[in-house]
Amino acid sequence: MTTIERRPTTLDHLEALESHAIYILREVVAECERPVLLFSGGKDSAVLLHLAVKAFAPGGLPFPVLHVDTGQNFPEVLAFRDETVDRTGARLLVASVQDAIDRGLVADPGPTGSRNRLQTTSLLGAIQEHGFDAAFGGARRDEDKARAKERILSFRDAFGQWDPRAQRPELWQLYQGRVNHGEHLRAFPLSDWTELDVWQYIARDRVALPSIYFAHHRDVLRRDGMWLAVNEFVEPRAGEAVERRLVRYRTVGDATCTGAVESSAATLDEVLAEVATATVSERGATRADDRFSETSMEDRKREGYF
Amino acid sequence: MDLLTRDLLRVATIGSVDDGKSTVIGRLLVDTRQLFDDQLEAVAHASARRGVGDLDLSFVTDGLRAEREQGITIDVAYRYAATPTRKFIIADCPGHVQYTRNMATGASTADLALMVLDVARGLKEQTRRHLCIAALLGVRAIVVAINKMDTVRWSESAYSAAVDEVATAARELGIADVTCVPTSALLGDNVVAASLHTPWYVGPTILDALERSDAGAWDSAEGARLPIQWVLRQPGGGRSYAGMVSGEPLAVGDRVTLLPAGISTTVTALRGPSGPRDAAPAGVAVDVELADDLDASRGDLLAREPLPTVTRELRATVCWFGDEPLRAGARLRVKHTTRSTPAIVEAVESRVDVERLEIEPADALATNDIGVVRLRTADPLVVDDYAQHRVTGGFILIDPVSNVTRAAGMVGDPGLPGTSARA
Ligand SMILES: Nc1nc2c(ncn2[C@@H]2O[C@H](COP(=O)(O)OP(=O)(O)OP(=O)(O)O)[C@@H](O)[C@H]2O)c(=O)[nH]1
Ligand SMILES: [Mg+2]
Repeated sequence: MTTIERRPTTLDHLEALESHAIYILREVVAECERPVLLFSGGKDSAVLLHLAVKAFAPGGLPFPVLHVDTGQNFPEVLAFRDETVDRTGARLLVASVQDAIDRGLVADPGPTGSRNRLQTTSLLGAIQEHGFDAAFGGARRDEDKARAKERILSFRDAFGQWDPRAQRPELWQLYQGRVNHGEHLRAFPLSDWTELDVWQYIARDRVALPSIYFAHHRDVLRRDGMWLAVNEFVEPRAGEAVERRLVRYRTVGDATCTGAVESSAATLDEVLAEVATATVSERGATRADDRFSETSMEDRKREGYF
Repeated sequence: MDLLTRDLLRVATIGSVDDGKSTVIGRLLVDTRQLFDDQLEAVAHASARRGVGDLDLSFVTDGLRAEREQGITIDVAYRYAATPTRKFIIADCPGHVQYTRNMATGASTADLALMVLDVARGLKEQTRRHLCIAALLGVRAIVVAINKMDTVRWSESAYSAAVDEVATAARELGIADVTCVPTSALLGDNVVAASLHTPWYVGPTILDALERSDAGAWDSAEGARLPIQWVLRQPGGGRSYAGMVSGEPLAVGDRVTLLPAGISTTVTALRGPSGPRDAAPAGVAVDVELADDLDASRGDLLAREPLPTVTRELRATVCWFGDEPLRAGARLRVKHTTRSTPAIVEAVESRVDVERLEIEPADALATNDIGVVRLRTADPLVVDDYAQHRVTGGFILIDPVSNVTRAAGMVGDPGLPGTSARA
C-alpha cells in the first residue's frame, strides 16, 4: 500500500476552476479538427473567451467565435460583442436566425414572438456548414437540472441530438474528443462553476461585461412574472403598464424572453453581495423559456440547443 | 465584499440502487438552504404531479424525465454547495448495476465517497462493487450514511451490525478513513441536523463529517509531471509547452526529463493563468520554457525525478464497460495523459469477485467486471503505477469504430490489501 502524505491544498477554488477550464480548452483544441467558441455576449461567454485568450497566449485564438443571433438583441450586448471581438482579435461568425426565417428553414414566430428555440436550427446549420467538430459553450451545471447531468465533453450525433441516457463515460480528466464525420462535441469548460464563482472570477480578473449586468433605469413591463424591457421587440399588450425601474440583468439572451431583476447593484462588489444572497435561481428569475414544462431544458438540449 | 478563498472538496455518492443516495443529497442541500426558492418549488410541484408526496428529495438531483418516471438515478448529477471555507462539488451517482460506468465517471474525480447503505438490507453486491471501484480509483476516505434508520425503529444494534459490515469491507479494500453516521434522509435525521432519535450516537452528522474531512488535501504522488498538451509559440521564435502540473510542484530551475525521448533539460520560465511564477503546484495549468531547444510535442511528458517508466507493455486493472466481454486479442485505442495510441489486449489475467472481494483467474471480463489485463501499445507510454500517481497511472480504452469509452484503466495491480496476496 502507498503511504498517504497530507499536503496543504494550495489552490483556492477560483484558481482550481480557472486552471481546469484552461486545461479543457487546450485539450479540445488539440483533439478536435475544427473547434468553435459560442459567444453570446453574456457573462459566461465573456469569461469563457477571457479564459480562451489566456489558454493560447501569446498567440491568437486557434478558433473562431460564433454568435447565434436571434435578431432580437439588447443593443448594449451587440456593442459589447463587437468591442470584445476587436480587443481579442477573434474572428467572428454570425449565424442569423433572421436568415433562417428568410430562407424558410424555420417558421417566423412573428415580430414579438420568442426566437429562443429557433437558435437550435441556426446553430446546427452553422456547425454543419463550417464542419465544426467541437463547440465550446459557457453553460454551467448549476443552471438547470438537465445541465447538471451533462458531461464536460458532451457528444452530439449527426442530427445534433443529446442522448442523456447514453452519455459517454468521462473518467478523470481524460477528455475524449474523437467523433465520426458529421457528429460533434459540445465542450463546457465552466461546467463546475456556479453563478457566484463566475462573478467572483469577473471581480478578481476584471473581466469586461456588457453594461446591462449592472443596475440602470429602464422602461419595463410585467409579463409572465418577469420584468421585460420595453423595446422594438417587446411592446405593451392590453392591460400591461410600462414602468421605469432600477434593474439589472442576471443573464443575457433573446430580448423577448430574458427578464431583468430589480436591483440597485451598480458595482462589482454590490453585484457579488446580491448574488451571494439571492433566493431565486438565475434562470428562474430571468428566463421565460424554462417555464413551459418540467423538462423544457432537457427537451431543448435533446434537439441540439446550447 | 471580500472575495472568499475556499478550498474544493469533490464528493461522489456510492451505494446500491434505492438505498437513498439522491435523497441524502437532496436533504443535505435543502437543509443547508443551498437550493433556491424556485428550485425547491419546482421539486415540490414535480413531486405532487407524480404523486410521490409533498417533496421527493431525490428529485433535487434526479432531473431527467426518465429518472423521475422510474424513480431511479440514471446518470451522475453534479450539484454545488458552499460553506464559508469550502466549496463542495457533489456528484450524485446512480446505484443500478447497468449504470456502473456513470458511477465510475462520478467517482473518478472524487476526493471522498459518500456511501449510502440501507440499514435493513446491509451490504449488497452492488455496494461492494461501488466500494471496490472507489477504492481502485484511489478514494481513501468514505463517509457512510447508514440510512433508513426510521425503518428499524432507530435500533442501535441494527446500526452496529451495518457498521461492522462496512468496516470489514473497507479494511479489505484498504480504505483508511471511514466515518459512519446513522441517518434517515427521508426525515432529516443526522444529515444536517442532529437526530433526537439516536441518543446513543455521539458522532458527527453527515454535514459535519464532510466539512471536517481533509481528504481533498491527500496526495501520495512523488515527482512532478507535466504531460504536454499543446505547444505555444513565443514572440522571437521560441516555444513553450502547455499542460497541467501533477504530482509535486514544478519550479523554475528544476531539472526535468523529456519522455519518452529521455533528454534532460532545465525549466527556465513558468507561467500560470495570471502570468509568470516561480513554481506551480498540482492542478495549475501552466506553460513552461526549457533551456534546450528540443523536439517536444503533444503526448510527450516532462518529469522530475523519480522518473516514470517508458513502456509498450502494460499490466493494468480495468473496469470494463463494453457490452461484449473483453478478451485477449481485442483491439482498442488507449488514451493516456495527452497521448492516444492503438492497443491490443494480450491477455486477460484475472477478475475481482466483488461479492467476496477476492481475485480469481479469468480469461474474459463481462460488462462492469473489474480485472487485470496485459496490453501492448503501438507507441510507448510514459506511466507510473496508478497507486503512486493518478494522472500518469490512469488511462481509458476507446472503441476504435464508435469512439465510445469502453474502460477505465489503472496501471498496476488492484492493490487491494485483502486480495493482492492471492493474485
Ligand atoms: N424510510 C426511508 N426511506 C428512504 C430514506 N432515504 C430514502 N428513502 C426512500 O428510498 C427510495 C430510494 O431513494 P433514492 O434517494 O432515490 O435512492 P438512490 O440510492 O439515489 O437510488 P439510485 O440513485 O437509483 O441508485 C425513495 O423512495 C426514498 O424516499 C430514509 O431515510 N428512510
Ligand atoms: Mg439516486
